[in-house]
Formats: sequence, structure tokens, C-alpha cells
Amino acid sequence: MKITLDNVVKTFDTFRAVHGVSLEIESGQLVALLGPSGSGKTTILRMVAGLEFPDGGSIYFGEQDATDIPVRERGVGFVFQHYALFPHMTVAENIAFGMKVSKVKRSRAEIDGRVEQLLALVKLEGLGGRFPSQISGGQRQRVALARALAVDPKVLLLDEPFGALDANVRRDLRRWLREIHEELGITTLFVTHDQEEALDLADRVVILNEGKIVQAGTPEEVCRAPNSAFVTRFLGDANRLEAAVSEGRAKLGAGEISLPGVGDGKAEIYIRPADLDWGTQGGGIPATVLRVLDRPENRRILAQLDDGTAMELDVTPETEVKRGDRGYLLIRRANAFAL
Amino acid sequence: MSTTTRSKPPRVGDRPAIRRTLIAGVLLVGAVLVLAPLIVIFFQAFSMGADTFAAAIAHPDTLHAIFLTVVTALVAVPVNTAFGVAAAWAITKFDFRGKRLLLIVIEIPFSISPIVAGVAYLFVYGLQGLFGPALQSADIKILFALPGIILASMFVTAPFVARELIPLMQAQGRDLEEAATSLGASGWRTFFSVTLPNIRWALLYGVVLCNARVMGEFGAVSVVSGNIRGQTNTLPLHIELLYHDYQTAGAFAAASILTVLALFTIVAKVLLERQGAGRGGRPAPAAAPAPVQGMNP
Repeated sequence: MKITLDNVVKTFDTFRAVHGVSLEIESGQLVALLGPSGSGKTTILRMVAGLEFPDGGSIYFGEQDATDIPVRERGVGFVFQHYALFPHMTVAENIAFGMKVSKVKRSRAEIDGRVEQLLALVKLEGLGGRFPSQISGGQRQRVALARALAVDPKVLLLDEPFGALDANVRRDLRRWLREIHEELGITTLFVTHDQEEALDLADRVVILNEGKIVQAGTPEEVCRAPNSAFVTRFLGDANRLEAAVSEGRAKLGAGEISLPGVGDGKAEIYIRPADLDWGTQGGGIPATVLRVLDRPENRRILAQLDDGTAMELDVTPETEVKRGDRGYLLIRRANAFAL
Repeated sequence: MSTTTRSKPPRVGDRPAIRRTLIAGVLLVGAVLVLAPLIVIFFQAFSMGADTFAAAIAHPDTLHAIFLTVVTALVAVPVNTAFGVAAAWAITKFDFRGKRLLLIVIEIPFSISPIVAGVAYLFVYGLQGLFGPALQSADIKILFALPGIILASMFVTAPFVARELIPLMQAQGRDLEEAATSLGASGWRTFFSVTLPNIRWALLYGVVLCNARVMGEFGAVSVVSGNIRGQTNTLPLHIELLYHDYQTAGAFAAASILTVLALFTIVAKVLLERQGAGRGGRPAPAAAPAPVQGMNP
């Protein structure tokens, strides 16, 4: 089911949570709403679900205007941030709940069969008799998903689906959710503040800030061609330098970088730590090492330019470098935005 | 203990002498103020033998007082339970203008002296009151009759159920109800299958407290009932009457009934709190549906 948001606006008391958001989600896509807290992403998700109603604009499911359809009739599966499993019901009863209250009458055997099928889908066979308090966070998350899928929703909506889980469980569940999505092909929209999660999982990432869409595109598009300083900073660590651009080039220290497409004048230049090399010979920007942080996959150098600007760069674990060393920063890649 | 206190400076009141003095003092005051009078009631009730006790209880006026008290509770408790659940649901699950005002209104009976409530009812339904003449011409008797007693009791106990439920339901949030609705459940279905099972112990405790207070209410009822022996006397009023008639044993016998009710309420509270604490899988603040201390009068 294709979802279209047309200039949706939502205000809480005096706080403008969502300012005129327009968005198209193609049928069968897995889309991430990514943004810092307060960016309006959860409000948008809840409006698509029918748990909040927009003050202006429309939401379409396919060709149908769904703006005023209450959540009960909207046919969405919603997975809550803290799962909202019914604590007094077993896992199987939780999953069966939607089918039991449905207007479509199903026989007891039919419901039990579907519950078994869903338990198998979320790899929780044999745990149907447990209560939510007796299973782990990752398992609860999967029960919540099975419960949402039980009502054959047209659209699946997930609010910070992995927010409350350990890093390892989170990574596993992410892969698994992607597999389920490929298997079922259901249009899915999820909210996250974790860039890595959004980039790993989604076909398309919608980046929000202060209730507006800042950029939307495939993970490749937003990573390789961020359209603003905000997107660049939000997607990952970046060093910021200011420089004067003329004819698509900027001088930085002893070196020069080419910045095609940036107009003449002052610009801010963002460089990711991995896009900087450390050299002991001349040719880059001179810097002094302040600290070296060792990480499993690389070494991060915290360096200082001669004008006092702090810079961070990632180098291979084999690089010989220590506090107090002098060297040069070589820029391999950068994004620049006119000031 | 001494090894741990030696290595670090004592916290406030942590010194053994202070701690012991405080505990002993509290225990002593508790015994003198609360426990001793309760024991005296039973002592006095049985002081002239079990026969006198039985005779005092079996006296027609006493039986009528018990009957009246039970009828009052049978009406007031269900009505206030329904009101309490509805108020708690409205306050915790909906957003609306005047929510704070509603919370304050629910609190009023707690902060007001019951006798003021009784007098207020006189002004509304009494002969010189707002509806008095109209009621009299329609031949409806509210004051100095059962309806007045029930109304006054309901006024005094209106907050009990709501105040048990609101903190619990606030801690539980709206997620469960939203989840049920998104799965297609109707409002009633959501209430009975999802909300009610999660508040049942707190609700039961609220009902028990409400019942204890309805049966024990004196001030408000004393104003509106008219104190007619064998007709509009509830148990607490009857106890006072017996006492003023120097029927000490009878007064204490009747009082012991109310005391047993109080003990039953305490036991129920302990059991229900244990039930509440025994449930797992809840967010921490919702784990114990214990009442907020200090709001039980």
C-alpha cells in the first residue's frame, strides 16, 4: 500500500511539531524516519497510524484519503517503542488479541493456527505460553511485531523498534527485520534517531529536523551527497573547517582541495575522520597529535591545527603515532556548503 | 554495622542512639495512640460477658442501624466505584480542558470536614434550602431519610476509588490502550480486556477503602440523618447514641463491629498490595499499586 503525506501539519498546544511535511512511500518499501529528538518523527508516525490527527494536510493510503479514519479502522500494524505487550496475557494471547477482537470472525482453531505460524515467523516457537515478563527484551520486540502482523495490516509502523535493546541484539534484530520485510513485502515505516540503524535497514531514509524534511533519499544518496551541513553532521562525525572558495578550489594549509559545484566565497567544509590521512611528510595541513584513541577497527587521532582548530581522523591500527607528534592532514574527500 | 559506620561519616540520623530512640519513640506513640484504644474497645464490649454483648448486638435498634449502614454501602460504594473508574479513565487517558479542575474537584471531599458537607446538603435539600420547597411539594424526602444518608456518604467517599487508580493508571500510560485500539478493539473491549485486568488490585483496594469509610462515616451523616433512633441511625450514629445513654457495653459492642471491619480492611490492604507487587513485566513505577501514602484519612 502506497502512503502519501500531503503538507501535513501538527501543533501541540503552542509547539509546532510538524511543519508541512510531504512524503511519498512506495508500496512495499521500507522507509526510515530519521532525526534528533523533537524533530517530529514520532508525531508523523503516529499520524500515519491514526493515533494523532493532523491539524492540516492529508494522508492517503493508496488512493484513499485516510486522514480522518480512526486507528481502529485504519488497518495498520503499530509496534510501540516499549512494545506495549499486555502483561496479563501470554505471548500467544497477545498475538491472538487482534484476531479475537476483529470484526472478521475466525474459529478458535484458525486463530491458534495463525498464532503458531506467527510464532514460527518471529522464531519464538514454544514460547507461546510465557508471559511478557518471562522473556527477554529482544523476544518481546518480536512478539510485538508478531502481534502487529496478526491483523494483516496494510502498513507496518514501528516506533524506535530497537531503542531499548543492547547493541548486539539490536544488530541481529535489524538483519532479521529486513528479512521479514523481504519475505512479506509489506510497506513499512519506522522511526529512529540512530543513523546506522536507518542506513542499514531502510530502502529510503527521510531525515527530519525541527518538524521539516531536510533530505530524503536512498542511504547512498544521503551519505554521498548530503544536501546540508545538518545532514552531514547528523549522519556521522565530521570535522568542520572554514575556507574561502574560488573557482571551485579552496586552500587549506599547504594543500588545496577541489570542491566542484561550490560557489565562490566563504564556505564551511566538512571532512569525515575516515576521509583524512595522516602524513609525516609535508603536503597537507600541519597538525599536532593531542591524543590517540585505540578502537577495535582503527586508531582515532585527536589532533590540533596550528590555529587551534580540533580535528579527528581515523587511521589504520598499524599507524605509528603518539601524543605530541607533528604531522600533516591530507584530505581525501570533503563536503562543502556555502556560508 | 560498627565497621561500616566507622569508615565513613554517619548520615543524618544514622547514629545508633538516634536510630533506636526514634524507633522506640514511634513504636510507643503508635501503641498508646492507636493500638491501646482498639484493644480497649473489645475489652469493654465483652466486659459484661458474651451474653450482654450478644444482646446488645441483637437489639432491634442496633440491627436496624447495621441494616441501614449496609444498605447505604450497597448503594454508595458501587456508584462511587463507577464514578472513580470513569474519573480515573478520563483523567489519565484523555486530554481535555479542565483536567486539573476535575482533579481538584475530586480532592475536595478529602480536604473538607465532613460536617461541612452535611451542612451544605442541609442548605441544598433542607426546607429553607434551594430545592427544599420543591421537594416537599413533590413529597420526596431526602433529608432525615435514607437518600440523604446515602448522598452524604457518597460525597465523603467520592475520591477513594479515583485516588487509588489515578497514580497507577498515570504510571501505566496509554500505550496498552493504544495498542489494543490499533489492533481493532472497541473502547469497551479495551477497557475490559486490557485496562481492567491491569488495575484490578488497585481498584479492589479502592473499593475496600471506600466501603470502610462509607460504613464508618459519622460527621456528614449525623447532620443529614436527624438521628432518629431505629429509623435513620447508621451504625456510627447509633454508637454515639448508646454511649450518651450510658449503655457502655452496647456502645462498645456496636463499635467492635466497625473495628472488625477496619481490621478486615487492613488485612485486605496487605493482601492486595502483595498481589500487586507479585505481577511482573510492568514498568517500575506501576509495579506496586500501593496507595500514595498520606491520602488515606
